[in-house]
Amino acid sequence: MSGLTAFLFVLVVGLIAFFAGAARARALDDGKIKAHSRPQYHGAWAMLLAVLPALGFLIVWSFGSGAYLNKQIDERVIAQTSEKSAVSDTLVRSLADGIKRLDAPANTNPPATMSELMPLLAGKGVTLAPDTQDYMIPIALDANSMASRFGWLGGLGALALAVLGALYGIRQVAVRERARHKVERVMLGTLFSASTIAILTTVGIVLSMLFQTIAFFSEVSPWSFFFGTVWDPRFAAAGSGGSQGQFGLIPLLAGTLYIALVALLVAVPVGLMSAVYMAEYASRNVRSIVKPALELLAGIPTIVYGIFALVTLGPWLRDISAVLAGGSPFIQAQSILTAGLVMGVMLIPVVSSLSDDIITAVPQAMRDGSLGLGATRSETIRRVILPAALPGIVGAILLTASRAIGETMIVVLAAGVAANLTANPFEAMTTITVKIVNQLTGDLEFNSPQTLVAFALGITLFFVTLVMNIAALAIVRKYREQYE
Amino acid sequence: MTDITASSLPVAAPPARRDIGLKKRYAAEARFRMYGIAAITFGLVFLAIMLGTIISKGHTAFWQTTVTLPVTFDPTLIDPQNKRESDPSVLIKANYDKLAQQALISKLGIDAKSKPEVAKLKGFLSDSARIQLRDMLVANPALMGQTVTVPILASANIDSAFKGQVDLTVPEARRKVKDQQITWMNQLAAEGTLAEKFNTGLFTYGASSRPETSGVGVAIVGSLYMMAIVLVLALLVGVAASIYLEEFAAKNRLTDLIEVNINNLAAVPSIVFGLLGLAVFINFLGMPRSAAIVGGITLSLMTLPTIIIATRAALAAVPPSIRQAALGLGASKMQMVFHHVLPLAMPGILTGTIIGLARALGETAPLLLIGMVAFVANYPATPFDPATALPVQIYMWANEAERAFVERMSGAIIILLVFLMAMNLTAIVLRRKFERRW
Repeated sequence: MSGLTAFLFVLVVGLIAFFAGAARARALDDGKIKAHSRPQYHGAWAMLLAVLPALGFLIVWSFGSGAYLNKQIDERVIAQTSEKSAVSDTLVRSLADGIKRLDAPANTNPPATMSELMPLLAGKGVTLAPDTQDYMIPIALDANSMASRFGWLGGLGALALAVLGALYGIRQVAVRERARHKVERVMLGTLFSASTIAILTTVGIVLSMLFQTIAFFSEVSPWSFFFGTVWDPRFAAAGSGGSQGQFGLIPLLAGTLYIALVALLVAVPVGLMSAVYMAEYASRNVRSIVKPALELLAGIPTIVYGIFALVTLGPWLRDISAVLAGGSPFIQAQSILTAGLVMGVMLIPVVSSLSDDIITAVPQAMRDGSLGLGATRSETIRRVILPAALPGIVGAILLTASRAIGETMIVVLAAGVAANLTANPFEAMTTITVKIVNQLTGDLEFNSPQTLVAFALGITLFFVTLVMNIAALAIVRKYREQYE
Repeated sequence: MTDITASSLPVAAPPARRDIGLKKRYAAEARFRMYGIAAITFGLVFLAIMLGTIISKGHTAFWQTTVTLPVTFDPTLIDPQNKRESDPSVLIKANYDKLAQQALISKLGIDAKSKPEVAKLKGFLSDSARIQLRDMLVANPALMGQTVTVPILASANIDSAFKGQVDLTVPEARRKVKDQQITWMNQLAAEGTLAEKFNTGLFTYGASSRPETSGVGVAIVGSLYMMAIVLVLALLVGVAASIYLEEFAAKNRLTDLIEVNINNLAAVPSIVFGLLGLAVFINFLGMPRSAAIVGGITLSLMTLPTIIIATRAALAAVPPSIRQAALGLGASKMQMVFHHVLPLAMPGILTGTIIGLARALGETAPLLLIGMVAFVANYPATPFDPATALPVQIYMWANEAERAFVERMSGAIIILLVFLMAMNLTAIVLRRKFERRW
């Protein structure tokens, strides 16, 4: 019995418990004493008693039996080869999966050698690693029979628990039984655990990247990672004689910050000025048309921006520069300028919507005071509103900068892959996010430093943006409180 | 007492107005206004150029040049040794390219024996003709010996040439479409045999190395699986979490921690979620690589903060009087929330959810890391099968060199934008229709 069928059976028992419990509660009503809880709460409590323990058992059982099975396979493999090898264990498991898919006689009694078994498996669309050995076949068979035995045991156990729970729940139905309180307590627990998912996600992000990063730092020293100026993660397969590549963060970090700077130089003035105009000058009609149009910019996926930069803007800038220089172009098709410009446009709505909130939060009395003293509108904005809004705007810029640093698709398509260290904005540079994508796409073994470095880059990115976000949120919150 | 007469006072010159630089200040005012208008214009012009280039590049992808040919399923070509009764694999292995070529030769009226002429026919029709004719015959063996009119796709090069996208002034040796092919193309077009038809293949095909038979059908299915998973997971968990935080949570350290976490997760770069998906779901829990289930869960975690923030705003907008009335009539707190507050907040929650879903639909970076950037030609039957997503398909076409793929890519972007537009419009309509002012 597979886990899914057991799960479905448990659910069926739960439903029966619900209706039986509710029916019994309804039968209690003799018109004299009112029951504490309405019938559906009695039903729901019976259902919870039936389903929850059974599901808990099923989950624990499947993890436990899986771990036991792996240990058994491991021991048998060691007995055969007298060495511990995680690879062989994986091979046995995929072999066992493959045998399970074969047709009736062969799935319990397959041929004894791999050379006979391979074509059978290939006919079912299963391809195995070539170093799967003959001795693994009996182990895989035993594993399969053990797994099916465990499946049955677990399924029957869960079913028995469900029936017991249902019976107990139905028996408990009584006039004074506080079924509603119990059901609501379970609901509250569910709501609470849902809200902890946010914490779990953060913990998951930090832990998952931390373990890989520690593994990476055991092979490459943190010093050469954080302060190295050369990025050259050579792959051992490229015939470099097994010598390790260099994983210097500096060129990537420089590229990330440079592109983010160009993007901010575009986004902050444009976004801020459009927010000021919208908030202080624009008439209601203009606002109602232009604001959604600018917000469209925020709704377009970043891949579309990236493709626009790659296919249209980059080549166009290159051609323009070729005309200007009269011959060879001085702007490359993939350049800091292209990536920064397009990213800047993407960030305009971010800056403008954040600063719009902040500008409208400045009290009207301050505007009226300044205008009453004879200042023009632009003087009011520049000398009163913007200084008053400054902390909030700084927070908004920080949030925007963190978006710019973490942006991926635009730079993957438009910034280039070569890890240069250059100050020329017309050349290509690469970023942390580009390298994370580069190192993790394609077929790589999971334990080489070439792959693990992506996690070290990721955790760096995570902490840089985390610090910026926390600072920005703190500044914005403090600013809001000032005027509330 | 002397009367002071006006004349005895020194005549004061009318006070000259102090120069307070009004002119300059008004000029500065006008300039400032212009900056604002310029900033908005910049954004809007960029938006217009971007959408304009994509539409002008992509609208042709919705049309596909097709040649309608009378194909004869000639037994002497398909099964020269006449043993299809005993060996059905003959029907699979037969040379169907030859059939299509024969049909084209007779249609064009060229000499079948002239080798150079026939050689120029190569690359006129799509290679997919072989599979198309094979599937027809295998599905209906009675066609053997008959002549059927079949619409066959033209190759990507002929398609581009017919759409006028090939520069014919380039010397013949340096382009993929030869002059003779252009002549034939114009001849067939004049007869009405070769024509542009609506490109249904764009919506039904999967990844392919041939531009004319590649489409976004498989990618759309992958995206739909993921959207369904995001809808179920993120909506259920998000609403539950919001209800707890907004209605039940005590003001304590733990609640603060959760709130700070949610706000931060909303600003974490999306690629970090991809790393999480790779390390936890694929590497630690051993879920299948490039499957929609992993992508869906990863995108759910990414969308969760958006939905929680929107839901909390919607719950907070329900006035306290509703809650007090429910409690006053004897409802428990849980009943008050689920019977009264939640239904009233539903429009706001749905609006936030749709906007979150739209963001998830356009997201690419995390999917690249969990291996969805794979060549997937078959429809995924379940969320556990290898799948790809619409934006990832666009990304893969962006890396192809051929001109015809750029057209497909722009067409796919138009499809993606139409999806997003439809979702956002739904959100706006929902908000307009059900929004209540208290």
